[in-house]
Amino acid sequence: MADTASATVRDAITTVGAADPAKRDFLKLLTGSAVAIGVGAIVWPFIDSMNPAKDILALSSIEVDLAPVQEGQAITVVWRGKPIFVRNRTADEIKGAESVALNQLIDPQSDADRVKAGKEKWLVVIGICTHLGCVPLGNKVTDPRGDYGGWFCPCHGSQYDTSGRVRHGPAPANLGLPPYTFAGDTKIKIG
Amino acid sequence: MAGLHKSEFENPVVNWIDTRMPIFTMMQKEYGSFPTPKNFNYFWNFGALAMISLAIMIATGIFLAMNYTAHTSLAFDSVERIMRDVNYGWLLRYIHANGASMFFIVVYIHIFRALYYGSYKAPRELLFMLGVVILLLMMATAFMGYVLPWGQMSYWGATVITNLFSAIPIVGEGIVTWLWGGFSVDNPTLNRFFSLHYLMPFMITGVVFLHIVALHITGSNNPLGIDVKSPQDTLPFHPYYTAKDSIGICVYLLVFAGLVFFAPNLLNHPDNYIPANPLVTPAHIVPEWYFLPYYAILRSVPNKLGGVILMFSSIAVLFVLPWLDTSPVRSARFRPIYKQLILVMVASFLVLGYVGGKPPEGIYVVLGRVATAYWFLHFLVLLPILGKLERPLPLPESISRPVVRRPPSSGGGGPLPQGATAKPMEKP
Amino acid sequence: MRIALALAVFLTAGVALAPGAFAQGHEAVEAPKQPWSFNGPFGTFDRASMQRGFQVYKEVCSNCHSMKEMYYRNLTSIGLNEEQVKAIAASATVPGGTDDSGQAVERPALPSDHFRSPFANDKAARSANGGALPPDQSLIVKARENGSDYVFALLNGYEDAPADVKVGEGQYYNKYFPGHQLAMPAPLHEGAVTYADGTPATIEQMSRDVTQFLTWTSNPDLEVRKRMGVKVVLFLTLMTGLTYAVKKKVWKDVH
Repeated sequence: MADTASATVRDAITTVGAADPAKRDFLKLLTGSAVAIGVGAIVWPFIDSMNPAKDILALSSIEVDLAPVQEGQAITVVWRGKPIFVRNRTADEIKGAESVALNQLIDPQSDADRVKAGKEKWLVVIGICTHLGCVPLGNKVTDPRGDYGGWFCPCHGSQYDTSGRVRHGPAPANLGLPPYTFAGDTKIKIG
Repeated sequence: MAGLHKSEFENPVVNWIDTRMPIFTMMQKEYGSFPTPKNFNYFWNFGALAMISLAIMIATGIFLAMNYTAHTSLAFDSVERIMRDVNYGWLLRYIHANGASMFFIVVYIHIFRALYYGSYKAPRELLFMLGVVILLLMMATAFMGYVLPWGQMSYWGATVITNLFSAIPIVGEGIVTWLWGGFSVDNPTLNRFFSLHYLMPFMITGVVFLHIVALHITGSNNPLGIDVKSPQDTLPFHPYYTAKDSIGICVYLLVFAGLVFFAPNLLNHPDNYIPANPLVTPAHIVPEWYFLPYYAILRSVPNKLGGVILMFSSIAVLFVLPWLDTSPVRSARFRPIYKQLILVMVASFLVLGYVGGKPPEGIYVVLGRVATAYWFLHFLVLLPILGKLERPLPLPESISRPVVRRPPSSGGGGPLPQGATAKPMEKP
Repeated sequence: MRIALALAVFLTAGVALAPGAFAQGHEAVEAPKQPWSFNGPFGTFDRASMQRGFQVYKEVCSNCHSMKEMYYRNLTSIGLNEEQVKAIAASATVPGGTDDSGQAVERPALPSDHFRSPFANDKAARSANGGALPPDQSLIVKARENGSDYVFALLNGYEDAPADVKVGEGQYYNKYFPGHQLAMPAPLHEGAVTYADGTPATIEQMSRDVTQFLTWTSNPDLEVRKRMGVKVVLFLTLMTGLTYAVKKKVWKDVH
């Protein structure tokens, strides 16, 4: 294969003039591939223009100040158009979440896997019910929190515990976890 | 005439489709083996270039529309967001903005070719008229597109051009209010212009299709302007003219790239980077360069209605051109006087373009009037007379034998000896 | 035919002579061309000059002129790092929506915020500037003939009015401004800012730096565009050669 190609190149170089099909084929091949490269190169900007623009990406990570959130309270912040629940858990709530046996869970996951080590009091979850996308209740003190002290989804009655894990259907999975890091003691950066 | 097509394609998939819907046979017939005169010069590239321009405009336009907001308070910023934040947004917008200019350059040269080589004459009158329809649609599309960024020139251009219609007696004011959807150029106007700006390119595509259908019935004209007489006069479109068009496309793209990457605002007006302000008119308001000749004609008449009528007539006259030109000879190569006159016509068009960009004072008014006068003189008076007076040079026998035996004295365009005059082209 | 030629000559001559006939009146003096680093097909911005220019904008221009299309995050393009950008943003306060009682609040700006505007709206800007609206500077270079050269010339072009010119109340004389009188007093004076890199802050230097900065805010795409353009032109030149060779080959047997 490589031999034929190089032979073609040699032919193309050595043959001058004369109607030589090899030269024409090589020339056509070269031109054809150049056209293909050109078309490919111009198609990319069109496709990429549909990806998130810089102003969207600039908002794709946010910093949240946790200082005003009292123990037992939760706040909702918006990140990438989605509600994020940040909850300052009480010692009881943490203990409750840690002591549940994994085999009792619909979607088994330990509490330690859902919070940052050393910052167990802060639970940060995506506030979208994994059933059909409603926003569960439970952030306000007056909200129903379900039987497990976490969140209660008003749409179809799913219930989540103080670790944001689903404890009562129809939701199939735990509340999602956004990527976040602690930037200081009372500040997190989501995204 | 129902019945399956007998396809000659060997590839089974192609054959299967072609048998049921012979598009491959059609493509092969119209773009593969289509017999094309063998003597095209590079002026014949410009039809293909116009088609490429249209495709580029539609492609970039669709992607720009994904990020554009047609609202007076958001339009300007949404365009700047395209320029600054959308990935490759600046590229798409600069291609689209300069693409309009490239499209007009190409189409003007394409029209010049038609005029120079008599491509509008029988039997290609309808083909030519469809072309003029395309030009008008392009002008409407370009005008509305220029309004969308909602800069100062957008706003005031829209105001001035829509006000042209107020020159119409009695119903004029009503028409303008209807065009605006209000009592001045405002949000409803911007919205409908966006809608129409998106629609019209597809109308252009439709008329381009008809233009090509008509072309493939009559066959192409050629630089000699004589009819194809035998198969020796032609070559299959592919690969001969696909190859030749490719060179033109590359050169066209080079010029295009030069504008987009190195002088993207050369043909734009700085005032359009100032957001529209309905209370302040810019000092010199000028349309885009491709409208300047018509703008000059408009201003060369001191009467509002007169100017508007004259401006529209300057293009309308092209519709009847096939009947105004009474000469049976197509190509200017064989028409010594027409050859000079068409250059004067081009000069007057360029002068009009120049004058259109200048303030309407002093010498510019005089120049504008002289050039306007020539434009109409050329089409309405000179061409009809010329066909009777001019003695064409002898025409070649055929395209494949372009050299004609000429009497020795006929060189230089002097008076021809008796009997050496051109045989008038046979009309079909 | 003679008439035709005469007509053509007349038209051409008219075009050639016309500008001369009108080179008078209130037209602004054309700004002299400057050797900008961003000129030409390989031009790039001068990062140090842009940063100095940003300082001039921030400390002088931005007291009156807004720059609504710009975000603080854009400043990474003039060579500042993310921490610096964050600090610059945080030093400005921007409207921060409403608090729980519905009152409008202000908060320190984030990199994802637009540049802070000096006035709440155009009317406030006018009333603070003797009725004149300081134009937004996001696109000032693209929105003026001879953009960069003009802005530079204008900033440098303040002088005493000639004896025969009566300068209006609240107006200042500048020969580069169309009409020669504008409502903006000379914005720069020697040492108006103190450059961190020790560059002497002469009026010319500050004008040059701020023009560099403003050219970038008008054309943030300039460097990427030119770099891509060089590649595209090279590629298309190659394509032209290739298609020409193919065409020659295809057409060899014709004629």
